[in-house]
Amino acid sequence: MVNNEDSVISLRGVAKHFGAVRAVDDVSFEIRRGEFFSLLGPSGCGKTTLLRLLAGFDFPTQGEILIDGQPMSSVPPYKRPTNTVFQSYAIFPHLSVAENIGYGLRKKGLSKRELAESVHQALEQMKLAGYGSRAAHQLSGGHRQRVALARALVCRPKVLLLDEPLGALDRKLREAMQIELRQLQRSVGITFVFVTHDQEEALSLSDRIAVMSKGRVLQIDSAARLYEVPNCRLVADFIGSMNFFDGSIKCVDNGHVIVDVGPAGSLCVPKIQKNVELGAEVTVAVRPEKVHIEWRAPKPKGNAIVGRIADESYLGDRSHYYVEVPGMIRRVCVAHQNAERFRRSIESHGRQVWLTWSTESAVLLPRE
Amino acid sequence: MKRAMHLNLLGVYAIFIVALLYGPVLLLPMFSFNDSIYIAFPLKGFTTKWYQEMATNSALLAALMNSLKVGIGVAIVSTVLGLTAAKAVIRHRLPGKTQIVGMIMLPLLLPSLFLGIALLIILRKVFSVDLSLWTIGAGHVLICMPFSMLILIARLEGFDKSLEEASLDLGENAWGTFWHVTFPLALPGVISSLLLSFTTSLDEFVIAFFLGGNDTTLPLFIWSQLRFPAKLPGVLALGSCILVLSIVIVVLAEVVRRRGVQSSKPTVF
Repeated sequence: MVNNEDSVISLRGVAKHFGAVRAVDDVSFEIRRGEFFSLLGPSGCGKTTLLRLLAGFDFPTQGEILIDGQPMSSVPPYKRPTNTVFQSYAIFPHLSVAENIGYGLRKKGLSKRELAESVHQALEQMKLAGYGSRAAHQLSGGHRQRVALARALVCRPKVLLLDEPLGALDRKLREAMQIELRQLQRSVGITFVFVTHDQEEALSLSDRIAVMSKGRVLQIDSAARLYEVPNCRLVADFIGSMNFFDGSIKCVDNGHVIVDVGPAGSLCVPKIQKNVELGAEVTVAVRPEKVHIEWRAPKPKGNAIVGRIADESYLGDRSHYYVEVPGMIRRVCVAHQNAERFRRSIESHGRQVWLTWSTESAVLLPRE
Repeated sequence: MKRAMHLNLLGVYAIFIVALLYGPVLLLPMFSFNDSIYIAFPLKGFTTKWYQEMATNSALLAALMNSLKVGIGVAIVSTVLGLTAAKAVIRHRLPGKTQIVGMIMLPLLLPSLFLGIALLIILRKVFSVDLSLWTIGAGHVLICMPFSMLILIARLEGFDKSLEEASLDLGENAWGTFWHVTFPLALPGVISSLLLSFTTSLDEFVIAFFLGGNDTTLPLFIWSQLRFPAKLPGVLALGSCILVLSIVIVVLAEVVRRRGVQSSKPTVF
């Protein structure tokens, strides 16, 4: 693997085993300088373990981690160019806010005045001016989070590691902090590696996201590409909601693949993979908001499948229709934007409908 | 009405139990102020002469000094060992952790009579060590360390492991992290461990009896005085002093421990 000039972290075949458990299983990727990179996955997928390997609290069982070109296999956390914002914030309870923020600076050979000046600046930057002399237990959750950030950033790390830092905050505060975090990252220009299980948080904050499951990285991409072009069923299912049609490839023409999905008919999907074999077992995936409901039979063009509305749920800005399609176990979900007030008053339950979508909206996935 | 009756009965019962437990102990200070060498009712009159006599008894003062020396030494050694053991048990993946903790805790369960005899045999016959305050101290460390370790395990478990990781992350090495984070946070536990080990050593009789040689600690001295009826009121005065001192120290230890627990509780938000 080539070490790119612009990569600040590279992982090469990194694995971490705890006894028989493979918490991280043969992971290789690069994190670019200055990017907001998220590790996203359900709890127990290995994302926090991976972060701890980067911070140096644990060491890989196999493989090598390079930070800024330097191998980290024998470098303890206190010698790494990384700093961490902990899930619990880990504010030292026996020190004041200012002492907490200055903790990492004491070893940097600054004079007393320079240290005080740096701490003061950090307090200002994090909108904590006047809080310097407070004790940690007098702070609210949002303020503790700011202190944790200030304490890590004041050390000017090459990489800031954040372990679900917004998890303990209530929803309103979390949304405000997301925006602030993003702005902060842009203004300081430090690489952020951000661990979260909240897909919305990852999508809205990150330049790139690595989706993890069972210790492996499934896909690394921008938010939009993860959502629109997932590379496997797990990613497609984990991010947003998705309709899946299992079938086999019937024919391939230039740029398109026709998939036979049994009683529901045939679906046409854009061909993005290089190797597509006739007869291969595949899955066609379509997002609920890309599907349109037609109340009359459409002209025989594009993808159309027939079904019956089995259920409807009203969500304010949109409604979800659940459509039963012959030959399918899972109902197809259709999201309909409620652009007009009380537009539909027709009884929908049990009605026969046609579901259509543009060919470009569907994604071809390997069967799992 | 019925409920009030019920409460009253419970109250009487509680007072009865407390009286049963602590009444006999209160006889000690009471007779130490009684103007008679006989420990018997009716009380004769108020005096502080037993206390004055106690203060001028050089053998007693020597025994007291011995006990203080042993107690302070034992407190320090047992707390240091307890802290290192607690840290090892809590923070590291140790093979055979349960067994190690079990071995350290065992002296708590062994009858100190057998422990004393066993230690005496080993020290004299195997290692040919002369008995002294040092041997008493060593025996006391054995029975104090379980307390120290238990207190400090509870204390270390009480604070977030990521505090130590944060310190490492911010550039402190393991040693600096211990002194700047672990030790200050464990301090309430360290203080209560020091105080409890000290009182345990101060009161301990059986092991001191076996391992003492010619050196006498306070409990040994008191026991030796019981043979002389004339000295008994003086012993009571001394006993009262130790009683008060022990209570003060134990209460202090508990206050410190509780205050520590409160200040390190995570703020609820």
